[in-house]
Amino acid sequence: MAGPGGDMQWCFSQVKGAIDDDVAEADIISTVEFNHTGELLATGDKGGRVVIFQQEVENKNLPQFRSEYNVYSTFQSHEPEFDYLKSLEIEEKINKIRWLPQKNAAQFLLSTNDKTIKLWKISERDKRPEGYNLKEEDGRYRDPNTITALRVPVLIPMDLMVEASPRRVFSNAHTYHINSVSVNSDDETYLSADDLRINLWNLEITDRSFNIVDIKPANMEELTEVITAAEFHPHQCNTFVYSSSKGTIRLCDMRASALCDKHSKLFEEPENPSNRSFFSEIISSISDVKFSHNGRYLMTRDYLSVKIWDLNMENRPVETYQVHEYLRNKLCSLYENDCIFDKFECCWNGNDSVVMTGSYNNFFRMFERGQRRDATLEASRENSKPLQVLKPRKVCTGGKRKKDEISVDSLDFNKKILHTAWHPQDNIIAVATTNNLYIFQDKVN
Amino acid sequence: MQCSAAPRITSGGQIENPLEHWLSITEKNANPVKAEEAKLKAKYPGLGQKPGGSDFLMKRLQKGQKYFDSGDYNMAKAKVKNKQLPVAGPEKNLVTGDHIPTPQDLPRTRKSSLVTSKLAGQI
Repeated sequence: MAGPGGDMQWCFSQVKGAIDDDVAEADIISTVEFNHTGELLATGDKGGRVVIFQQEVENKNLPQFRSEYNVYSTFQSHEPEFDYLKSLEIEEKINKIRWLPQKNAAQFLLSTNDKTIKLWKISERDKRPEGYNLKEEDGRYRDPNTITALRVPVLIPMDLMVEASPRRVFSNAHTYHINSVSVNSDDETYLSADDLRINLWNLEITDRSFNIVDIKPANMEELTEVITAAEFHPHQCNTFVYSSSKGTIRLCDMRASALCDKHSKLFEEPENPSNRSFFSEIISSISDVKFSHNGRYLMTRDYLSVKIWDLNMENRPVETYQVHEYLRNKLCSLYENDCIFDKFECCWNGNDSVVMTGSYNNFFRMFERGQRRDATLEASRENSKPLQVLKPRKVCTGGKRKKDEISVDSLDFNKKILHTAWHPQDNIIAVATTNNLYIFQDKVN
Repeated sequence: MQCSAAPRITSGGQIENPLEHWLSITEKNANPVKAEEAKLKAKYPGLGQKPGGSDFLMKRLQKGQKYFDSGDYNMAKAKVKNKQLPVAGPEKNLVTGDHIPTPQDLPRTRKSSLVTSKLAGQI
């Protein structure tokens, strides 16, 4: 990934979405996810819609090999609902999309809103049958008495049609709001997590699910923490982790007991008591947790940093990266405008050597683990000429502001990059601003 | 708290952020978060004793909750038919004893957006 100067070099590839500043709420992107080969890229939005892009690979032998993602399928996954019994409005916003590994010609994904998970099948149709004996081409039935000869229907090619159909609906299992789904490596089960509970499902069975974690206290007055994210281990089908609003991560082994309320490992970095403040707990709340592809590390994102944990060491992370440390002396106003509660996600690259996360002002950050190098890049329409190399951005924290730097007070806190995704093999990244999806790829020399 | 820092005066002759007068410079430099906390407490003296505790979590768990009681509504309408009904505050979703819901506040199942996502609008 290093260019001739030893710096990371990313180029603009594509941007999707409307240009106008007036953003309709439904268009706010709420999740971005590549499938296991990277050929498909799915987005979910606040309006409950899913858009899937497919990579169309231009000739790989060309010197400037570029891949383009074009719309493959789009459908309405969830609708707004109202639970009259509990007087609860259920948003249609797609909280998470997770792809299943491909097993046949069709593609499958799980999409979830606050209460209901759906398994969608996306399949292609490029042939249609013609020449039925009892049916005309327009569908009208033929009178059998008029048929004098038999013919064999043939399949003729047609324009590619991509169809999405809901194959399973997993509902009524969550009292609280679902924040995560994670497909197990056993290809049979998946978990869904809400604020207080985690359930285990079989992909085939919708009327039953097993509760595997329950942190609801007997007396709700004693509630001190909630579950913020959960994920299965990439290879060990018995292992999963969940993170909390108090900054802890618990690793659980489903072989140990049916109810995994007792963790097998607890990852927590002890806090320096002199640093304790009103904000400590809020900024330590983990907004995302991701296993590395090799299954040896865990990455967590809290408000100001990204931490890498070795699964074999529970008492502190092995690496900590500051995302936007300059916000530490803005916490008061970030609390007042609610930004302190923003939930940023994070992701690994294919070989676990680089991690990425978003920030404000449409900036996003990359940390190269081995090289101890990091970069701040910006997703904006101004840097969107084809193959334009992204210039590193710098935030000036005080004193004299250099040219091209931006001061902390000029940052636009409404422009947040919460969702990013990295192609599982190549250096192609998808970065979601409020309502636009940017695709960048590394410069091919 | 002793004020050991002189108030800063801008070139325009105004006193910069009076709250900062009450913090010693060394303390502010050593722990910017403590300074931020002091700022917040100065603005909201009644802020909860449990930092990041139950209040936040309860609010998070109650997301989406809407209330309407037609009995309350009709009784309130009858009682105050000549006076103005107390209108809903900015936090319409929170239940408060004296908030009388109006038909505008009624939870209405929103129609799903039948518009295609703008992401799919371009190639």
